[in-house]
Amino acid sequence: MLKIKNLHVSINGKEILQGLNLKVNKGEVHAIMGPNGTGKSTLANIIAGKPGYHVDKGEIIYKGRNLFEMPPEERAQEGVFLGFQYPVEIPGVSMTNFMRTAINEHRKYKGLDPMSAGEFLKLMKEKQQLVEIHSKLTNRSVNEGFSGGEKKKNEIFQMAMLEPELAILDETDSGLDIDALKIVANGVNKLKTKDNATIVITHYQRLLDYIVPDFVHILFDGKIVKSGGKELALILEEKGYEWIKDESPN
Amino acid sequence: METKYNDIIFKEKVVSLFEQNRAQFGANDTTRMSEERSKAFEQFKKVGFPDKKMEAWRNTNLKDVFAHNYNIQFSPVDEKSDFDKVFQCNIHNFDTQTIALYNGWYLSEDKHLITLPNGTIIGSLAQAIKEYPELVQKHYNKYTNIEENGLIALNTAFSQDGIFIYVPDNVKTYKTIQMVNILDKEDDLFIQNRNLIIVGKNAKLTILHCDDSYNYSRSFTNTVTEVFIDEGAEVDHYKLQNLNDSTTLINTTYFHQESYSKLTTNSITLNGGLIRNKINVVLNGEGGEANVFGVYLADKEQHIDNQVFVDHAKANCNSDELFKGIIDDNATAVFNGHILVRKDSQHTNASQTNRNMQLTDKATVYTKPFLEIYADDVKCNHGATIGQLDEEAMFYIQSRGIGDYDARLLLLYAFAAEVINKISVDTLRESIDDLVKKRLRGELAICDQCVLQCKDQEKTYEFKIDISKI
Repeated sequence: MLKIKNLHVSINGKEILQGLNLKVNKGEVHAIMGPNGTGKSTLANIIAGKPGYHVDKGEIIYKGRNLFEMPPEERAQEGVFLGFQYPVEIPGVSMTNFMRTAINEHRKYKGLDPMSAGEFLKLMKEKQQLVEIHSKLTNRSVNEGFSGGEKKKNEIFQMAMLEPELAILDETDSGLDIDALKIVANGVNKLKTKDNATIVITHYQRLLDYIVPDFVHILFDGKIVKSGGKELALILEEKGYEWIKDESPN
Repeated sequence: METKYNDIIFKEKVVSLFEQNRAQFGANDTTRMSEERSKAFEQFKKVGFPDKKMEAWRNTNLKDVFAHNYNIQFSPVDEKSDFDKVFQCNIHNFDTQTIALYNGWYLSEDKHLITLPNGTIIGSLAQAIKEYPELVQKHYNKYTNIEENGLIALNTAFSQDGIFIYVPDNVKTYKTIQMVNILDKEDDLFIQNRNLIIVGKNAKLTILHCDDSYNYSRSFTNTVTEVFIDEGAEVDHYKLQNLNDSTTLINTTYFHQESYSKLTTNSITLNGGLIRNKINVVLNGEGGEANVFGVYLADKEQHIDNQVFVDHAKANCNSDELFKGIIDDNATAVFNGHILVRKDSQHTNASQTNRNMQLTDKATVYTKPFLEIYADDVKCNHGATIGQLDEEAMFYIQSRGIGDYDARLLLLYAFAAEVINKISVDTLRESIDDLVKKRLRGELAICDQCVLQCKDQEKTYEFKIDISKI
């Protein structure tokens, strides 16, 4: 589904990703771990199409297509979803209409008619229950005045609504208490199918107690320095990132 | 050789016109009115047109406006406008009583002044001077300040007609009164409109004041409106401006509020060449409330200027100002807010906000919030911002599958909606909402899409995305 080959990315002349390789297949859950400032969010943003980055070398192939040739909205319509580390507040745009517009754009892309208001409301209700988000939140402007936990829940709610094929969750666990973390993880687990894939980006092992990954990758200095099964996260938790620095050839 | 500036040349033309035709002005004036007319003329003769040397006109230059020659009409046009065209159309499902000024003159089939069953009198100011001289004289020119600038003086000297509305004490007008100022003349008119609105004690009035062009001719309109709001009265005032790019409109409104009265005024500027709205509010009695809102959308070479002066002359009053603008292309927006809290106006609550979204590097925004406070127990705040489209929000929206054009539209509309949502008349809010969306999509045309023109009503506008209930 996703193949990243020798990816070099810089921002304002500063090289962030320095030869990253990653392969993600349908039905898999990948965790990307690493200390701050090693390029975890850059990886998430570059897949979703955030402007401001410069690809110096390498490629990303998604479902057989060159991802860099697609604008962000087309990537989304093709099934890429980014759960933001810092979801953006958009005053004046209601959550309901934002989602309705998004869903209808996805449908249009697939050649389907827009969803009727009734259908849409039914879908919304169903997904709200899935992520245990209050309907009063979805009646408000997008993320406006939401608490940190509510914003993260809202990301998972949007993911549930849009049913992506490739979801990238950028530090979705940061700033969550344990109850909210369980709800968010539970939502992600319920949305998992054999046809979709998830990339979970996290700093701590804690989230991986609830979202069990098939693969764990350690990102350090702009590349993946170690990959393994879920046990790698536990070793990392025990030994800390210092261990990676010692292990790293640089 | 001495070069004369255009405004000086035009001033001389105006002065000699007045002197030669003095008898034609204000044939029905009362003695006081006639005296004030002469006084105003002398004032204009002394100061001329406002120029950039005046602090209040620093960012709005009329020099280019006077590069053209304008014509002044001393009497109503002979050619009758298509009366039905004007009157058949209202905002859809919107119950209004419509009155119109056509090229500056009251437009009517027969009567120039009508009395509604509830006692409200509406019609031509010139006619009201004839029929109700006492009532008019009590308020006429009482709230204006001819020394504010030459245009106010000029209007007071030259004006011959305008709209008159009188709502008696305790009368609540259930219909919105729609005042329409239509410009439809080929020969570059210079128009002086004078409106007088008197709202009695505990009365209620909703007015929609529209300025519309019907063609692409050049014009210069100088409007002065006085609104007297007596004790406990409530006025909802909406100003809708959709003029062509060759129009100059200087719109000065004086609101005079007595105790426990409530004013909400909302200026919606959709299009126009050079528009300046000057809003003066005097809170002249305790417990008064003034809400002064506005939204302006400027592009191309347009220039939109909003000046608000709120005078907290008495204690225990509230005022709230919110102006938001979207400035595109090479357009210029100006905002000047001035709140004056006088020495004995304790427990004043005043707030002033101006937010601008500047879409290009060539667009210009001047904003100047200003508080002048002499009382010591007050709550006042002000804020002004100039920002760009939020790139983070753009990406967030796009990352959900919405294209950049629609993402941008969503954000622009959401920005303007804060002001539009303050319109309390539902049908009016929906119509204006629709006009703003069309404007943002570049689908709003002058002449055929104004509020009055309903011929094209069957034509539905397709929105690529549903932004109807954002």
